[in-house]
Amino acid sequence: MNKNMNKIKYLFAALLLVPTLALAAGAEVKLDRAPINEEDHASLQRGARHFANYCLNCHSANYMRYNRLQEIGLTDAQIRDNLVFTGVKVGDLMRIAMDPKDAKNWFGAAPPDLSVIARSRASADGSGADWLYTYMRGFYRDAERPTGWNNTVYANVGMPHVLWELQGEQVLVERKVQGAGYMKSVMALKLDKSGLLTPVQYDEMVADLVNYMVFMAEPVRSDRKTIGLFVLMALGLLFIFVYALKKEYWKDVH
Amino acid sequence: MAATPKEPVQFTGAGPLNAPISGVLTWVDQRFPLMSLWRDHLSQYYAPKNFNFWYFFGGLAMLVLVIQIVTGIFLVMHYKPSAAEAFASVEYIMRDVPMGWFIRYMHSTGASAFFVVIYLHMFRGLMYGSYRQPRELIWIFGMLIYLCLMAEAFFGYLLPWGQMSFWGAQVIINLFDALPLIGPDLSTWIRGDFVISDATLNRFFAFHVIALPLVLLGLVAAHIMALHEVGSNNPDGVEIKKHKDAQGRPLDGIPFHPYYTVKDMVGVVVFLFLFFMVVFFAPEMGGYFLEYNNFIPADPLKTPAHIAPVWYFTPYYSILRAITEDFMLVLAIGVAAYVVLIWLTVRSERVKYAAFAIGLALIFLMKGPAFTVLGVTFPIEAKVWGVAMMGAATLIFFLLPWLDRSPVKSIRYKGPLSKAALSIFVITFLVLGYYGVQVVTPMGTIISQIGTLIYFAFFLLMPWYSAMDKTKPEPDRVTM
Repeated sequence: MNKNMNKIKYLFAALLLVPTLALAAGAEVKLDRAPINEEDHASLQRGARHFANYCLNCHSANYMRYNRLQEIGLTDAQIRDNLVFTGVKVGDLMRIAMDPKDAKNWFGAAPPDLSVIARSRASADGSGADWLYTYMRGFYRDAERPTGWNNTVYANVGMPHVLWELQGEQVLVERKVQGAGYMKSVMALKLDKSGLLTPVQYDEMVADLVNYMVFMAEPVRSDRKTIGLFVLMALGLLFIFVYALKKEYWKDVH
Repeated sequence: MAATPKEPVQFTGAGPLNAPISGVLTWVDQRFPLMSLWRDHLSQYYAPKNFNFWYFFGGLAMLVLVIQIVTGIFLVMHYKPSAAEAFASVEYIMRDVPMGWFIRYMHSTGASAFFVVIYLHMFRGLMYGSYRQPRELIWIFGMLIYLCLMAEAFFGYLLPWGQMSFWGAQVIINLFDALPLIGPDLSTWIRGDFVISDATLNRFFAFHVIALPLVLLGLVAAHIMALHEVGSNNPDGVEIKKHKDAQGRPLDGIPFHPYYTVKDMVGVVVFLFLFFMVVFFAPEMGGYFLEYNNFIPADPLKTPAHIAPVWYFTPYYSILRAITEDFMLVLAIGVAAYVVLIWLTVRSERVKYAAFAIGLALIFLMKGPAFTVLGVTFPIEAKVWGVAMMGAATLIFFLLPWLDRSPVKSIRYKGPLSKAALSIFVITFLVLGYYGVQVVTPMGTIISQIGTLIYFAFFLLMPWYSAMDKTKPEPDRVTM
């Protein structure tokens, strides 16, 4: 009997493990971990500014309202004066004026809406934040592309390197890697011309931007965890009562 | 027939409200069988006292059904079933509808939770022989619920109108396209268009929110009515109705209410704890409950590199993909071997000849000479067999009550053969599920093919191994 139960328990455990088995997807580039902190309002505010300055001209965020930025510590006045460039109200969505059809003509593909991009880019290789963080730092000069730019994460991407003035210009170079008993060559990025920011500053800037994009993809993210904690505590408390009730009723059942 | 006036409802114990309450109850009871329903299904429905952990999942399935219906109603208040607006309306729910994200995550997590709970519920039935005589109809209603649930999940998955919604539906509807003769017309008829479009979304919405929930509720009612007619099985697989006291109550039975209502409350709280852990802390569940690609709006011009169904369909998806042209020979040999087995071991002449005829026809369709009649090419191509095998894999569960010929019901008293068979089956199901989410690889295909053979062997060989297995004697009464 006992042996039986053990076997069954094992089967059950195996059943519970299924969802944790990893999805397979083969990406060639190892994604860097994005050093972001959802609770860091200063970083989120800097990210929002970068987003409004650099992204929100070609990319829309059609599901995101400007006044949602209150949740990262900004007032309506601050949002209106510093982040809304199109003259719309703070309660409006982050729309852009560019026609997707024109955009397709100019870039080969219409720039995607970025509202939930941080969620859609997640995979077994890393979170959406990791992807964006690596992508924004992965542009390099490529004379064969119409824009003059290519990307290590997204090969032959239609997007030009918008932040090139800040980062500078990277090139892809072959680098020899000496391992234990083997020598292999890998393609690696190298900063060819420096930009306005140092590499460290640029990484920090991209991290802020990515932090903001993760927030924008699910503004309720930090709230839901707080609420969740209370819900779980309430259920934990309820468990004590229902368990005691069950014990009380069942004490006569033999 | 003159209605006999009913006795006033009696309450035990004194209380200031007892008189008015019993007055109201008597008034209702003279017009509606409230108290007798209460008694028949709760306070005097005798359930075996030895239910274990595995008996939580039926009640939990009902709970999840209620969660899905209630959250579904609120979602429909804000969702727009239109190809142009669906994706945006889901994000509107996630952002602008107060607590909309909570409702949506409960619904999306509920879909997966439904399958987790149902699979465990089915596994319980397999372990303890809950499908055996006299509970065949409970099992059949249950299987119909399962099929309904799969259809419900499939239709619902199109509604967010993301990339996986679109391409997942595309893959499944194209399966019908493979059917000979009627295939192309059938798939166009299902879509309501030549491609998946607004028309498809609208009809899937209708099925998801009206048609299937109605059928589902009806089937659940039938499932429970059949259960309460014959009484619950239990981990020992012995009938508690064999031993009754002077009042006709089973000696090993206890009233469902209050004993199992209070016990199920414990299960419900534990379940909700796990459920809300996912809802609040991991609603995407690593891409398994909400696929990452589904956060990209549906784009008919951009096929995703890797289209994987949601996890609960993957064992069947693996079976579908396992049936390749090379594998047809193995299948045909399998059919032949099965016919030989029947021929050698079954006494009935009728069964022998029927098996021979059906087997021959199948082999002819699988590996027979090549020719074309009325636009249908023979032998039938592997793709069609894949669809057929996938369908058969879900439908074969229906036969279980008649395939199991063990003298005992419960795994506790079955012999090593049955125990091994069930263990291998469960592992196979999980392995098939795993390969169903993976990109096709030669090794994965071979493992899926072996898995497919084991999957069907579990059912098709059951009449033999369950009958020849060495069983232990069942106890007379249930054990705690």
